[in-house]
Amino acid sequence: MSVSVRIPTILRTYTGGNAEVSGEGATLRDVLAKLDSDYPGIGARILDESGKIRRFVNVYVGEEDVRFADGLDTPAPEGTQISIIPAVAGG
Amino acid sequence: MSLDFGPAVGLSCRECGTRYPLGPSFACLECFGPLEAAYSFGTVTRADIESGPANIWRYRSLLPVPVDVASKPNMNPGWTKLVKAGNLGRALGLKNLYVKDDSGNPTHSFKDRVVAIAVEAARNFGFHTLSCSSTGNLAGAVTAAAARAGLEACVFIPANLEAAKIAMARVFGGKLIGIDGTYDEVNRFCSELIGDPLGDKWGFVNVNLRPYYAEGSKTLAYEIAEQLGWRLPEQIVIPIASGSQLTKIDKGFRELVQLGLVEDTPYKIFGAQAAGCSPVSTAYKAGHDVVQPVKPDTIAKSLAIGNPADGPYVLDIARRTGGAVEDVTDAEIVAAIKLLASTEGVFAETAGGVTVGVLKKLAESGRLDPEAETVVLNTGDGLKTLDAISDDAQPTAVIRPSLDAFRATV
Repeated sequence: MSVSVRIPTILRTYTGGNAEVSGEGATLRDVLAKLDSDYPGIGARILDESGKIRRFVNVYVGEEDVRFADGLDTPAPEGTQISIIPAVAGG
Repeated sequence: MSLDFGPAVGLSCRECGTRYPLGPSFACLECFGPLEAAYSFGTVTRADIESGPANIWRYRSLLPVPVDVASKPNMNPGWTKLVKAGNLGRALGLKNLYVKDDSGNPTHSFKDRVVAIAVEAARNFGFHTLSCSSTGNLAGAVTAAAARAGLEACVFIPANLEAAKIAMARVFGGKLIGIDGTYDEVNRFCSELIGDPLGDKWGFVNVNLRPYYAEGSKTLAYEIAEQLGWRLPEQIVIPIASGSQLTKIDKGFRELVQLGLVEDTPYKIFGAQAAGCSPVSTAYKAGHDVVQPVKPDTIAKSLAIGNPADGPYVLDIARRTGGAVEDVTDAEIVAAIKLLASTEGVFAETAGGVTVGVLKKLAESGRLDPEAETVVLNTGDGLKTLDAISDDAQPTAVIRPSLDAFRATV
């Protein structure tokens, strides 16, 4: 499945400055694996040593925070937009 | 650009400790952790502070602001009342209770403190627009501060906020954008706007200016200690939205000890949430150190942040200090607003109802020491959330203007 991935400013050094890149995979896990093979090193910034999403990273598939869905197993249907956002904002 | 952040010398990651130069950055390039201001403090004395103005700038030597900060147009918040709450204390069985009442700030909430620091950061970085995601209080503080500082303002709120908060955010000018979604969705939108050329010269006070902005909450700690006669309170109850205020009050207390301004005495920090948005309280009670986000449903809209960024730190602090995190229902919030108002003459917004409600619950369950010096925070004005209590605050009776009619009702 082809999806688009929005890259936060702090990870754009990996994507040559691109704010949005295309990705591929049936689930978020697959998309992040493909992203890491296209842009080596980016995966380790999003996932911790044990392979979980880092605690200060929010990932959205479409409009949904994946922690309300199936986490890394959240399906990534064709054409979905995935957003990766630092979780440090808030009132 | 020559930056002047006073004693702040850089930014440091709260998670991994990586250091960065001062800049409009907010997340660690290594681990995404939040960045916070790091300082090299000079000698600071009680006398220096006491000779300063009756606002937060008396603590300028402990904040990321230039030394001449008080001479620039700003809202000059702070030095709000610490009310000795004997009546409320008697009602709850607490012998030594104080209310720190931040409804006395210029736009009637504690947010004026944090925004005042953010204005200085925006000036330092040459931003032309001040912005934020907000549950209402912050929006009003930002538009007012921008007006006074001569900056543009554009603030983003969930469209369904209380009417008074919308009016307060709009009356000062600037743009007010209502977003059809929750606060967390507004927040996400703002985080994406920062990475877009559209938001390039914008200072989002609670995102790219967050390391500076958040330091404003330390002034609550400084003021409470100074107003108690340069002493740390033994127990303090603080509301949790993102959790930033609670973590910064702890930081403020520790700085006062580090600088020798107060004695190193133990203090317990208690966090307060609404049951309809209690991800931190839930994690605390379950013994977890991660906070699972929730979708909020509570009348306490200013605390309705389902994904609190500082939640894990709140858990650490509550446990380290021997405090706790507790939550109360909407009915308990309304009852607590009325209790505080009818005992101390302080009319709190719903967030204050949450905090006083939790104070009551902690007192009744024996988790507060009834003899200990205890401070409870009211962070905003009840006039902003009138709807929450208007059904319960109607005239006692409506009568003809006659003595007979009055005699019949009393």
